[in-house]
Amino acid sequence: MSVAVAPVRAIRPTTAVNRQTARSRWSRAVYNLIAVAIFIASVFPVYWMISSSFLPTNKVRAATPTFFPGADFTLRNYHSAIFDQARAQFWPALQNSLKVTLLTLVVTLAIAFLASVAIGRFLFRGRKTFIIAILVVQMIPGEAMMLTYFRLIDGVHGLNTIWGLGVIYIATVLPFTIWTLRGFVTAVPKELEHAAMIDGCSRGGAFWRITFPLLAPGLVATGIFAFIQAWNEFVMALIIMSRPAAMTLPVWLRTFQQATQASDWGGLMAGSTLIAIPIVIFFLFVQGRMTGGLVSGAVKG
Amino acid sequence: MSTIPIVAPGQSREESTTLPGGPRRRRPNFFPHALLTPALIVLLVLVGWPVVKLVITSFQHFGREQAFGKPATWAGFQNYTKVLTDQSFWQMLERSFAFMAVAVFVTMVLGTLVALLMQRLSRGMRNLVSVGLLLAWAMPALTSVIVWGWMFDTDYGVINYLLTKVTGHNWVGHQWLLNPVSFFVVLGVILVWQGVPFIAFTMYAGLSQIDGEITEAAQIDGASGWQRFWLIHVPHVKQVILVLVVLSVIWDLRVFAQVYALQGIGGIAEKTSTLGVWIYQKGSATGDYGLSAAAAVIMVIMMLAISFTYVRQTIEEDDQ
Repeated sequence: MSVAVAPVRAIRPTTAVNRQTARSRWSRAVYNLIAVAIFIASVFPVYWMISSSFLPTNKVRAATPTFFPGADFTLRNYHSAIFDQARAQFWPALQNSLKVTLLTLVVTLAIAFLASVAIGRFLFRGRKTFIIAILVVQMIPGEAMMLTYFRLIDGVHGLNTIWGLGVIYIATVLPFTIWTLRGFVTAVPKELEHAAMIDGCSRGGAFWRITFPLLAPGLVATGIFAFIQAWNEFVMALIIMSRPAAMTLPVWLRTFQQATQASDWGGLMAGSTLIAIPIVIFFLFVQGRMTGGLVSGAVKG
Repeated sequence: MSTIPIVAPGQSREESTTLPGGPRRRRPNFFPHALLTPALIVLLVLVGWPVVKLVITSFQHFGREQAFGKPATWAGFQNYTKVLTDQSFWQMLERSFAFMAVAVFVTMVLGTLVALLMQRLSRGMRNLVSVGLLLAWAMPALTSVIVWGWMFDTDYGVINYLLTKVTGHNWVGHQWLLNPVSFFVVLGVILVWQGVPFIAFTMYAGLSQIDGEITEAAQIDGASGWQRFWLIHVPHVKQVILVLVVLSVIWDLRVFAQVYALQGIGGIAEKTSTLGVWIYQKGSATGDYGLSAAAAVIMVIMMLAISFTYVRQTIEEDDQ
């Protein structure tokens, strides 16, 4: 569009500028309108989930949907989702989810940290092979391996145990975590470590005092990824944790759906909200840290 | 991750095994190998061994009895020929690829448009869009399927209600999941809704790295917005686009949880199964694990072939 404007500007600058500001004001309005539309499209399902979860059944199953709970607001769906004895139990599922997620998070970060330092800081024989391996492994679809995993975990009596499921999650998340952390390791300039060594630090001391603190954003970012993966995963959990006492939250939600023949949407929305909201809040809270400008500013600052 | 500069070129990385300023010592260093050992053990036991097991099973007659300990007999390539001559396999494959192609195209186009829009927004509006996208992105796959399933509900779903309002035609009672085509429309909506944020954020990061002066210079030289996009933006983010397309292709081909959960809400499994679900059903429903394993091996090979360019490019980047 500016092609037409450019030659005009040379002759009569004032009108051209006026026209351009008018046009840019107009396009700004259009852009803002689209932005709001994108926001609504992204947020509406989340809003709808929460809103429906606070509605009584007669309002959920109504010809005209209720867009805002208002006077009909009720916590009954949550009460029955959490306390109803006929359903799979919420608290054990919550505990299982927390345990498996924590196990995955801690073990993955520890192992991935060591490996990422190895491939990010050293040159050694087999480095390239290892890098190719962790890239290729990420392309192997876990779904294709489900039955193999089941037999493997069954073979070591790991069915319905936290570590049985955790071990699979660790293997799933590990390659990506190593690869991402490696990026953070190489982004910390070695000059920083060298400077510390010149100032009298040992090599190990320089690493722990200088490089390790700078890796914190990387550990947070990859930790979030591991957390989300383990918290949300449900296909492996479905196979490995079939016993009611061993269920994780997503499996809990699914039994719920089958038991009610998908008709109790209010209860289903309450269950979904219970699972989704912690992770969504967590995600919004930490996402600013994920990109972490800390490392890039280290040398200049 | 492409925004993180790759700091160490080969030689300077090599220096790290020596002391700064000191003489270069050329002795084998086992320290990095020690650091790698835990990761290697996990990967060998939990990825390497299952893959080997999978390949072995794919060459065996392996049914329910074998799963309970009866020794399996060798089948040669029988499982493979059975899969490759199975009509439902080819139908499923066609379905999976067609769905993937449409889903990837729509996600990429929308994601890029959102990224371009974000560049033109004020800070406040950009944050608004970011928060919205993050919310969609953070939703667990299972809950998003259930929520969308509720929104597309036959009798009480908000979508049928709104469509009735807007079109004037009565949509209430329309069963979205029963017809395979509209089942995939719903599935596509869910995947696009969750997939756009990642594409948009990554493209936005890629586009932000383009020097503003280049675009300005082109503008002064008379390049239209369209020309600037194709001649300046696209070549600059070509690598980013390539990686995003490959990743999206892989994700949308191996989509499992969403299809599986949506089939749980409604939908005919035989007509709506994609790659992963088909393999799972062959294994668990019919108990023919050998056949299922053969299909899984075929799937793994396909994924590796598709990701070949991605892996090669990533390694080249690492070498720079």
